[in-house]
Amino acid sequence: MLDIFLQRLKQGHRTSAYPIKEPMLPDRFRGAPKLDPSKCADGCRACAKACPTDALLVDAEGGPRLDLGRCLFCAECTTACPEGAIVFTREYRMAASHREDLVVTQEVKARSAALDERLRKLFGRSLKLRQVSAGGCNGCEADVNVLGTIVFDLGRFGIQMVASPRHADGLLITGPVTQNMKLALRKTYDAVPAPKIVIAVGACAISGGPFAGHPEVNDGADSVVPVDLYIPGCPPHPFTILDGLLRLLGRIDETRDASSIGG
Amino acid sequence: MRLFLEIYNGEPVPRERIPRLAFEDFRYALTEASDPRCRVSALFGYPSDGGIDLLAVLAADDTGTLLVTQTTLSGDSYPSFTPERPEVHLFERELAETWGLKPLGHPWLKPVRFLHSRRPGHDAWGRADAEAIIPGVIDFYRVDGEEIHEVAVGPVHAGVIEPGHFRFQCHGEHVFHLEISLGYQHRGIERALIGGPDKRAIHYAETLAGDTSVGHATAYCHNLEGLSGLRATARGQALRAIGLELERLANHTGDLGALAGDIAFLPTASYCGRLRGDFLNLTALLCGSRFGRGLVRPGGVAFDVDNARIEEALGRLDAAARDVRGAVDLLWNSASVQARFEDTGRVSPEAARALGLVGPAARACGLARDVRKTHPLGLFQFVHIPVSTWHTGDVFARAYVRALEIQRSVAFIRGLLKELPAGAIKIPVGHLRPNHLAVSLVEGWRGEICHVALTDRAGRFAAYKVVDPSFHNWSGLAMALRDQQISDFPLCNKSFNLSYCGFDL
Repeated sequence: MLDIFLQRLKQGHRTSAYPIKEPMLPDRFRGAPKLDPSKCADGCRACAKACPTDALLVDAEGGPRLDLGRCLFCAECTTACPEGAIVFTREYRMAASHREDLVVTQEVKARSAALDERLRKLFGRSLKLRQVSAGGCNGCEADVNVLGTIVFDLGRFGIQMVASPRHADGLLITGPVTQNMKLALRKTYDAVPAPKIVIAVGACAISGGPFAGHPEVNDGADSVVPVDLYIPGCPPHPFTILDGLLRLLGRIDETRDASSIGG
Repeated sequence: MRLFLEIYNGEPVPRERIPRLAFEDFRYALTEASDPRCRVSALFGYPSDGGIDLLAVLAADDTGTLLVTQTTLSGDSYPSFTPERPEVHLFERELAETWGLKPLGHPWLKPVRFLHSRRPGHDAWGRADAEAIIPGVIDFYRVDGEEIHEVAVGPVHAGVIEPGHFRFQCHGEHVFHLEISLGYQHRGIERALIGGPDKRAIHYAETLAGDTSVGHATAYCHNLEGLSGLRATARGQALRAIGLELERLANHTGDLGALAGDIAFLPTASYCGRLRGDFLNLTALLCGSRFGRGLVRPGGVAFDVDNARIEEALGRLDAAARDVRGAVDLLWNSASVQARFEDTGRVSPEAARALGLVGPAARACGLARDVRKTHPLGLFQFVHIPVSTWHTGDVFARAYVRALEIQRSVAFIRGLLKELPAGAIKIPVGHLRPNHLAVSLVEGWRGEICHVALTDRAGRFAAYKVVDPSFHNWSGLAMALRDQQISDFPLCNKSFNLSYCGFDL
């Protein structure tokens, strides 16, 4: 017993000061990309050719567009670009309420909006989510799970992962929705009492990710159920997920957004 | 007659050198001729002119070699090898599902991933091509009796867990039998790799099992490097090895915490939850990604480290290792923990050998199976990590082996960071040799990862087979549950912590 108390002292207090303080992210962390179309040479498609998931589109007028919903954050494009027109910043806040807001032409601007007044009143201080893993690689699940550890302590925000859709206010979906999970996802969604929300976490759940276009998958959650929040990444950093969840609930002080971190 | 071609881990060989046996000889090679101490690392098929070619890879731990052989099956059925060699039972089910090859006499012929046959018109269960296949709908093994009840769990589970279906046959709390039915995560990676490698291939490797990104990416890169006739740079190999052991540290630490959580021993559960993250963040210090995405690339690694980064890593490693030691030692010093761990979910060494278990699950049954030692490739050829085993085969053993391996991996990384080979981190990888085969084994944190690559005339992948350690080990979990209480399932499950996506591919 004494061992346990002594160890408790040694291990110390480990819960992050977020959201009062910004999180410490590794210097090599690849967050929101920043594009500088003015650097692009005419007709250059090096970035689009290198992109494994066709997240980068180069229009006839030039100027690349990057779809964060498809992006694996592998940075193959930055290696391929001869002009340095694409950089991945350390900006971790990337969640969006609308699929089209994930398409970046220069930098991430639109952040996810909060739920409407009625839903905020219902869920703002207590949000219970059922997680459905529907394909993918278990990376997103791992970094959703980690929100339950003492570092992130999801419970302090009134958010909890629950064991049954009947207990839930919504679904948090990961994976591209394989053919073999389509029915189970549909049934789980139907089992959640209305009003309900759906959060798609990770490139797979948004677009199919690395498996986009495979006949074995459905290229994302919104092929089966309506999605209210998209959280990009492969997998998203836990703070990216937490930021998205808190924004959805209107729990992030928008005035602090002016101070961008990293670059 | 030569039954096998003997090769080394990662060694490229022309396909014409692999003996092409008559079916009876192939059967003899797999069941009677080969040393029972050999493991079946892979057995799979691919279309050929004469029907379906079967290729088998056996791992010989004594000699550190791999035994490769092949045959052609022209019909739609063959006498099953499983009665003589149980460890191929799942490989044969996979062959049946994928190519419509029925293993006659197979004692447990059921679908693996609930897919249509890749050869239209050839279905091992006689289903029509257009017939819908519903996952989890099979004839489950049933125990009948007045007081017998059945418990069905999944595919959607109570936690943040991948999907799978579990069917228990119970008498009260007592579990007579557990049957595990998977396939929900199937996303077609092996099929998509045919004709490759293309620009997605390395990302497929990294997402075969997201918690084993470094392990699978390393296995994939070994094959690519072997087939193009070169080796990754020494510094690249060292940084890969560090990534691989960090992956082991993160997952083993997380597993020990999760085991503690399942028996409501909260101190270790809380500490290890945090410490797992510290190891993931160490990986992110190397490459920006907590899961090692982007670290391992053909020819070496994509990120170098300077002295400042090495110092930072060493400091963080020591701090995390000290805290893990403290958190984990609480387990061994708490009688209430030991009472729950000991004798729960026991697997005998005989069962482990018969089922072909790998990794910590096998080492916890006293089997010294560790390809870092027996089939070393890359840096492990030069720096050896002692194999950690325990003999009791229970939850305690699987926990204790992990704790031992944590200490070994920390020492290994610490030593390597202090003496990193100099030079480039990566060299360019060229075209793959046509009509070649390469097999790559990597000891991931769950056990042996096996990748087999076959190239065609143009140097593209004619077939690419992935065997995640979970493919071998799910049957071990089913055996561990025999005669246990159903309430011990979470604990037993966590003690294996197997991959659904790595199995489903």
